[in-house]
Amino acid sequence: MAIPGAARRTLRWRGLRRVTAVAPFIVYAFLGLGIPILAVVDYAFRNPQGHLTLANVSTVTHGTYLLGFENSILLAAITSVVPGLLGLSLAYAIATSRSPFLRRLIATASGVLANFGGINLTFMFIATLGSTGILTSWLSVVHLNPWNLGFNLYSFYGVAFVYLYFQVPLMVLVITPALGALRPSWREAAANLGATSWRYWRYVGLPVLFPSVLGGMLLLFGSAFAAYATAQTLTAGTVTLAPIQIGNLLTGNAISGQENIGYAIGFGMFVVLAVTMILYGLIQRRASKWLR
Amino acid sequence: MVALSPAVTGAPAPRRRRVRVWRGFVLGVAGAYFLIPLYAGLRFSFQDDAGHWSFYAVAAIPSQVGFSGAFFLSIKLALTTLALTLVLMVPTTIYIHLHLPRLRRMLEFVTVLPIVIPPIVLILGVLRAAPLWLKASPYLLSLMYVILSMPFVYRSLDAGISAIDLRTLVEASRSLGASGPQTLWRVILPNLRAGILSASVLTLALVLGEFTMASLDLWTTLPVWIYQFQQTDGHIATAVSMLSLIGTWLLITVMVSLDRSESRRSRRKAEVA
Repeated sequence: MAIPGAARRTLRWRGLRRVTAVAPFIVYAFLGLGIPILAVVDYAFRNPQGHLTLANVSTVTHGTYLLGFENSILLAAITSVVPGLLGLSLAYAIATSRSPFLRRLIATASGVLANFGGINLTFMFIATLGSTGILTSWLSVVHLNPWNLGFNLYSFYGVAFVYLYFQVPLMVLVITPALGALRPSWREAAANLGATSWRYWRYVGLPVLFPSVLGGMLLLFGSAFAAYATAQTLTAGTVTLAPIQIGNLLTGNAISGQENIGYAIGFGMFVVLAVTMILYGLIQRRASKWLR
Repeated sequence: MVALSPAVTGAPAPRRRRVRVWRGFVLGVAGAYFLIPLYAGLRFSFQDDAGHWSFYAVAAIPSQVGFSGAFFLSIKLALTTLALTLVLMVPTTIYIHLHLPRLRRMLEFVTVLPIVIPPIVLILGVLRAAPLWLKASPYLLSLMYVILSMPFVYRSLDAGISAIDLRTLVEASRSLGASGPQTLWRVILPNLRAGILSASVLTLALVLGEFTMASLDLWTTLPVWIYQFQQTDGHIATAVSMLSLIGTWLLITVMVSLDRSESRRSRRKAEVA
């Protein structure tokens, strides 16, 4: 059946309008995300003269750069599992509380704190747990000065401790909607059937929440793995993490012939994050199937 | 049956008490962890070395070398970013929801990328790929902040659109004879006000606190200035940092409460009508 000319023209016109309506966004995303990503991948495999090489990738998978990756992955793992569980308990404590004020307060505070980081956070923690910080002096009154007990704020575990400050609220934000899937009637039903609190969580609560919790933790992993500002300002670039090494290479004095090492580290971070993303996508699909 | 009933009736009371104790513990620990650093930061900003409360650090801020330049640069970048973000994201999101629902997954995917891609790697690529004239301008940062704010902006707008029946509203407006732009301006945007507002607040907060890209692009925005200035005077640097924090929170509170009173007023108007 032939489409009349006028209708065909309308169709073509509508198609054109659709393309022009979304074109600015697509072009912008391509210029702002696509091109930089391609540039990083491209330079990761080139030597300073512009020839293709695997030397950069080989360099960053050995020695101090490998250590940077290992530390970054370890840091991200610690600061996704621990804040994940803490955030889950906090979100559950709020979801089951009957105070709407508390709920609104925590929701707003989580939104603000999850985007916290960098210099403000660093100063707050130096004033709290630095060698002359408030909490340090409180604790030394009871002879528990953390610095004498081996704690160092400007180290790997110091950074991990500070990361909790934005990771826990992020988990609260991500997991609170999922807690809505946990119907109170299930808990009552479990109690009526004689289940203890532990059994309820073991057989009902956690299996229902599991995909969302794991998904949330993967998000936290990505957030901690990528974080630069807090670790940089807290340790002045002395802790061995992959993002810090990129920053040092970019601002400092790169050794001749190693100008593109930073790009290879960036490429390595992509690989780690791509694996995380794929896992996240799989788990999300699983979660949506379960909750339907 | 008789043996069962005490368990059923007796179980909830101690459990509820246990839950309450546990909840108090969780909230207490979280409260301490989140409030003590805030208190410490404030005390460090508003006390002198002898431990007396004083505003000397705050009063000294405006006269510090480089402060006003950094401050106004941050404000300029924030406003530019906000305008660009809204012009780019609001029409796109509405249009895709209305006419191209199949592209929603694409939009979701693209807008989640900036969370996943480390800003430090992104700026690495930008500094190589951007043309020289753009690299010489601080507004390159604004262009990148639009990208960084996409996840928050899209999610706010998406939540706002999902909360209203966009299609019915548009059809009603069109059948009453309104043109496309009229519908957008007088029907859709007022209904999306809450979503747009939270998107704007998140964008401003992000730009005013961003450190990674600004420091590596070698522009002295407010956070970069604070970091550099701590070598000169830690008290003043911390005071600026805490004030910028308080300023951001005030901004958020004012905008949110403005919106709440506005929507209450319009609801009352609707009831009267």
